[in-house]
Amino acid sequence: MSYVEFLSQYGDRILSGTLVTMVLTVLAAALAVAIALAAGLMRLAPNVLVRGTATVYIEIFRGTSLLVQLYWIFFVLPLFGITLEKFTAGFVAVGMNLGAYGAEVVRGAILSVPKGQWEAALAINMSPATRMRRVILPQALLIMLPAWGNLLIELLKGTALVALIAVADLMFQVKQINGTTFLSAETFGTALIIYYILARFMITPFMRWLERFMLRKVGRV
Amino acid sequence: MTDEDLSGFPLALEGPDVPMVSFRTVTKRYGELVVLDALNLDVAEGEMVTVIGPSGSGKTTVLRMLMTLETINGGVIYVDGKPLTHMPRNGRLVRADSRHLRQMRSNIGMCFQHFNLFPHMTALENCMEGPVHVLGIPKAEARARSEELLDMVGMADKRDQHPSRLSGGQQQRVAIARALAMRPKVMLFDEVTSALDPEVIGEVTNVIRRLVAEHNLTMLMVTHQMGFAKDISDRVCFFYGGRIEEQGAPDELFGNPQKERTQQFLSAVKEAN
Amino acid sequence: MFDWRWDFTWQILPRLVIATGNTLMAAGFGYAIAVVLGLVFALAQRTPSRTLTFVVREAVEFIRSTPLVLQIFFVFYVGPQFGLRLSPWTAGMIAIGLHYAAYLSEVYRGGLDSVPKGQWEAATSLNLSTTRTYFRVIIPQALPPSLAGMGNYLVGIFKDTPMLSVIGVAELMHTATAIGSETYRYLEPYTLVGLIFLAISLPTAAGIRVFERWVRRKLGLS
Ligand SMILES: Nc1ncnc2c1ncn2[C@@H]1O[C@H](COP(=O)(O)OP(=O)(O)OP(=O)(O)O)[C@@H](O)[C@H]1O
Ligand SMILES: [Mg+2]
Repeated sequence: MSYVEFLSQYGDRILSGTLVTMVLTVLAAALAVAIALAAGLMRLAPNVLVRGTATVYIEIFRGTSLLVQLYWIFFVLPLFGITLEKFTAGFVAVGMNLGAYGAEVVRGAILSVPKGQWEAALAINMSPATRMRRVILPQALLIMLPAWGNLLIELLKGTALVALIAVADLMFQVKQINGTTFLSAETFGTALIIYYILARFMITPFMRWLERFMLRKVGRV
Repeated sequence: MTDEDLSGFPLALEGPDVPMVSFRTVTKRYGELVVLDALNLDVAEGEMVTVIGPSGSGKTTVLRMLMTLETINGGVIYVDGKPLTHMPRNGRLVRADSRHLRQMRSNIGMCFQHFNLFPHMTALENCMEGPVHVLGIPKAEARARSEELLDMVGMADKRDQHPSRLSGGQQQRVAIARALAMRPKVMLFDEVTSALDPEVIGEVTNVIRRLVAEHNLTMLMVTHQMGFAKDISDRVCFFYGGRIEEQGAPDELFGNPQKERTQQFLSAVKEAN
Repeated sequence: MFDWRWDFTWQILPRLVIATGNTLMAAGFGYAIAVVLGLVFALAQRTPSRTLTFVVREAVEFIRSTPLVLQIFFVFYVGPQFGLRLSPWTAGMIAIGLHYAAYLSEVYRGGLDSVPKGQWEAATSLNLSTTRTYFRVIIPQALPPSLAGMGNYLVGIFKDTPMLSVIGVAELMHTATAIGSETYRYLEPYTLVGLIFLAISLPTAAGIRVFERWVRRKLGLS
């Protein structure tokens, strides 16, 4: 079978898998960003309990494998009465995992906002919450954007694991096609190229654009 | 660059008064920017020549070319009568290969503005690295000689310290000892006091004074310290726009500069101090 | 709700411990390949050949942008299509070694670039050979800033070994899944796997930080 024939026969399934991968990526990214912001801020809280909770969360999710977390959420969590449908389990696992990595990025970025900015905000008598929201976070956001570019690519790659709990993403589709056709180079090769395109020609340019957009917004072009 | 006509340049300099260093119509460009324009400069054996001039006039570039850290775009540099940037091949000069450069580099030592000591080696290890691993001198002998040199620059008691534990002045003195340990015939100093706090500049200039007084080294020095240059140089060259605008004995050049640009530069420097 | 069975736990623990050995072996072999191959990738990008630099650069980008689990499938299944059969272990080590070599080459590149230009110039002024300059001057200084990254990826490769289970390498995850499908109990095996990963990766990460400080002190850099 020529590659063109291969594509015309299986193109639809590959395309639908790609769409599922993209939706998973977007949902997982939204969850990861929310968790990262919350856990990152909690890591800087004065309260030991709040700080401790965030630390435990981060250490558990960074200390074990995404695959272990995915299986645990999908196979074990139901025993505790929390049953997630496989698609949900998939993006929740990926989002929670990358959220833990993102939390450290958020924390690092907040801490690297120059000390003078904290003092200047204090000097005009801002409350800690206002200071964080109006002065520190906007600047920290700029600092952390490049790191998020890398994290989002890791996140995209992470979504491929949900195929192992039978979510019909790109990885799952090509695995299925390979199982019936044994055209491994065509199936897996095509998927590699699609993931590469998603990472380098969608995520990376999007993050670049976001960086420029943010720079303009804070008036530092 | 390769088909440049070098037929006018001798394969080697011969005669009774061969200079230790000789720049013959040397040109250096960075893209469009001509940094040195057909420079001619001879330094006799044992002579101390100081290069002064405004920022960007090409002073550092002269030293870096001599240390072979930069390639040249035209002309030939000779060291001890032999071509440095080129080598004789079948009766004509061709670009030096890395083997020729390695051989010729052994004549030259250099001290940098920012010392460039190896941070993971102690003062003594810095001094021994070249003698042991380039010159192949036995360790014991290299150690004895390095200790002697560290003693001469007043750093004997700090020989086992890493550079991070030394002040700028101390680091620069170790750097001088390290360069001397290679037994060069020519020493190059590029603004060796510019990165130092004022109160330690004397430590370093005193070492250089001693070198001039006690050793028959050929030296080429770039400095912004006019008083020091006046004291110790045999000759001072004032660089301007990649050329030697004026040169002469320090008393003449500082006391009675002929060119307008020299006068402007010297009075500007005087005002700044 | 907490239906944790200790007798079952003790019963399966030995099998999981043996599988942990396989996991560590996979991580170790994979890392050894990555450390060496990564240096080759990094140095290849410092050669004067523009073509070589470009090709290696693009290959590294490609490997870093695509999922490891897919690369594992690719290496394992594409061989037989062209008459080359690889064992799960061989295919797994090639895939994971290559994947992390790409990451480590970036760490090395950063380390090498962080050595100031003046160090190269001082080495030239002392007439040190290129090899000697690399091994005695540049790499010792490039190493400390690379150690944190190298350590991260050591832990990273360890945590990515469960992906080898997809082609049947009998590491921890594979064994836990096997136990699950034999006994229909997933709580204990998967939880234990998580705990074993935590018990190894957290101290390793802490150990690496200590090691990093020790190396810096040893080299007199701090
Ligand atoms: N690597 C380079 N690329 C491009 N231009 C360079 C480079 N190195 C030096 N130059 C330019 O060459 C000119 C001469 O530089 P050089 O360092 O020799 O000046 P200098 O006389 O030593 O000045 P200073 O007193 O500031 O040290 C300057 O205009 C400089 O910008
Ligand atoms: Mg200079």
